[in-house]
Amino acid sequence: MEALYAATVGVLMACGIYLVLRARTFPVIMGLTLISHAVNLFLFATGRLALRAPAVIGQSETYTDPLPQALVLTAIVIGFAMTAFVVVLALRAVVELRNDHVDGVDPDEDWRP
Amino acid sequence: MSLAALPILVPLAAGALSVAFWRSVAAQRAIALAGTLILLFVSILLMQQVHSEGFVVLHMGGWQAPLGITLAVDMLGAIMVLLTGITGLAIALFSLGDTPERHEKFGYYPLMHLLLAGVAGSFVTGDIFNLYVWFEVMLIASFALLTLGGERAQMEGAIKYVTLNLFSSAIFLSAVGILYGLVGTLNMADIAQKLGQVEDTGMVNVVAVMFMVAFGIKASAFPLFFWLPASYHTPLVGVSALFAGLLTKVGVYSLFRMFTVVFDHDVAYTHTILLWVAALTMLSGVLGAAAQFEFRRILSFHIISQIGYMILGLALYTPLAIIGGVFYIMHHIIVKTTLFLVSGVTYRLTGTHELSELGGFYRERPMLSVLFLIPAFSLAGMPPLSGFFAKLIVIRAGIEAEAWTVTAVALLVGLLTLYSMVKIWAEVFWKARPEAEDGVQRPEPRTEGLVWMYVAITGLAACTIFIGLNGQPIYNLAEVAAEQLMQPQGYIDAVLEGRP
Repeated sequence: MEALYAATVGVLMACGIYLVLRARTFPVIMGLTLISHAVNLFLFATGRLALRAPAVIGQSETYTDPLPQALVLTAIVIGFAMTAFVVVLALRAVVELRNDHVDGVDPDEDWRP
Repeated sequence: MSLAALPILVPLAAGALSVAFWRSVAAQRAIALAGTLILLFVSILLMQQVHSEGFVVLHMGGWQAPLGITLAVDMLGAIMVLLTGITGLAIALFSLGDTPERHEKFGYYPLMHLLLAGVAGSFVTGDIFNLYVWFEVMLIASFALLTLGGERAQMEGAIKYVTLNLFSSAIFLSAVGILYGLVGTLNMADIAQKLGQVEDTGMVNVVAVMFMVAFGIKASAFPLFFWLPASYHTPLVGVSALFAGLLTKVGVYSLFRMFTVVFDHDVAYTHTILLWVAALTMLSGVLGAAAQFEFRRILSFHIISQIGYMILGLALYTPLAIIGGVFYIMHHIIVKTTLFLVSGVTYRLTGTHELSELGGFYRERPMLSVLFLIPAFSLAGMPPLSGFFAKLIVIRAGIEAEAWTVTAVALLVGLLTLYSMVKIWAEVFWKARPEAEDGVQRPEPRTEGLVWMYVAITGLAACTIFIGLNGQPIYNLAEVAAEQLMQPQGYIDAVLEGRP
């Protein structure tokens, strides 16, 4: 399970970085979202992966670390707010700059809203 | 009620009140002034308490460290909070005179308070995850302030700013995750204590470098500074000044905190990287400024080069160097904010930031010229202003540590800083104002509210002179801060006292 989990995080991160480097606002936003997913999964794993172990003491014989789950929850909420902001920013930038390149100037000039 | 929480609560309350008075700009202005005044008052009280007691620690909700979230203020934290108070008040005063009403109606003041709360929160927290949360509070407020108005240039700068800062937050968060996986705690003092027992020192170095990258992006250190000159010259001048004074310094503060209290196990590795980063940051910033001919762009590049001096103080890692770094932060926040505010006045009177179109201010506004010369000479390191002592301490520390290359770089960069300041002086103040092109009507200068702007600038300029003339007491404060950072056991004991 750990190998699969690690591979998932790795692939998400790699895709995210690839997309951020695309230099167009929409792929950049997708990339940032994937990176934040990867980080959240990673953060979750820092409490060690355990099956059938609730995050509550006394419910069963084994229990898992509840703190990373609380951290991930916080990080998800913050990430959600940030993504919402970036989407609106990107939309506004497309309207304002008349193109979706992150430099504000389209090197190819092949795209018009 | 402990004083440690007040620097966060006061701006948050002021922000909430401003939102409640959304329709009344007059009320929001009054709250902005009152809120920042109270913040300054609270920060002075906090400074007094830290000065007499050493540390002010507050365990939120009564949960003892390391279980709950801890607010822990040492001398460095208190100094930073005090500077936040001073800058906040200056910006509020300046904004009263300069912020256009359409910005005020769209939440300028609530966002300003939120930003101050985020900055103050980062300075007082003793919990690494809580630091991340305050970073995000500060970031979201800065995003909104940066794009307020929605002009072309702002959008372009904002996309770079937002993307790189979010990326840095992702790195920060992963580093927090690994650190938690290693030591099983998020309390900085507890981490510092337990990190020594971790056997996998390679992994600790990986985490250290991840923190270095994350905070390096926030502090705009080499080679991660490109978002700063792309965005800082685009928003309202008051906003630029607030960012220039405080935001990058939060990154620097975090570096100081993490690389003295927490990561002091392998100084030869981590601080050597920091040393080269410092040298290259100083150089690239000052060279970038030499190539610019726009008032705020020059100042933006100089933020980068000055960040290099602060990191140099940290990287040398001797008591004197840390004192120099802390002194430099104190000096820099005030001076940089002043310079940006001066650019706001020249913009108000001419409607441009381009050096080629400005001119004649020495003849028309001698008072403003003096107010520019004070921070400009201070930035370049002329005695008896604050910048001289800041540079003197850092460079002396460099000589004592026999780090010749970086010391030489620091001296050279000081000289080049003077070149940039003289360039601004010659173009904006000394030369006659170029004639307007035929048929182009110059807009009439708007002078309403100029008094507020002058009050803010004069106050800050007085601060830099004050620091310069009272070098010794300020040095003593920095010395206390440095001692606490170099011997983190005091901080650890203060936080973990009474632990189960």
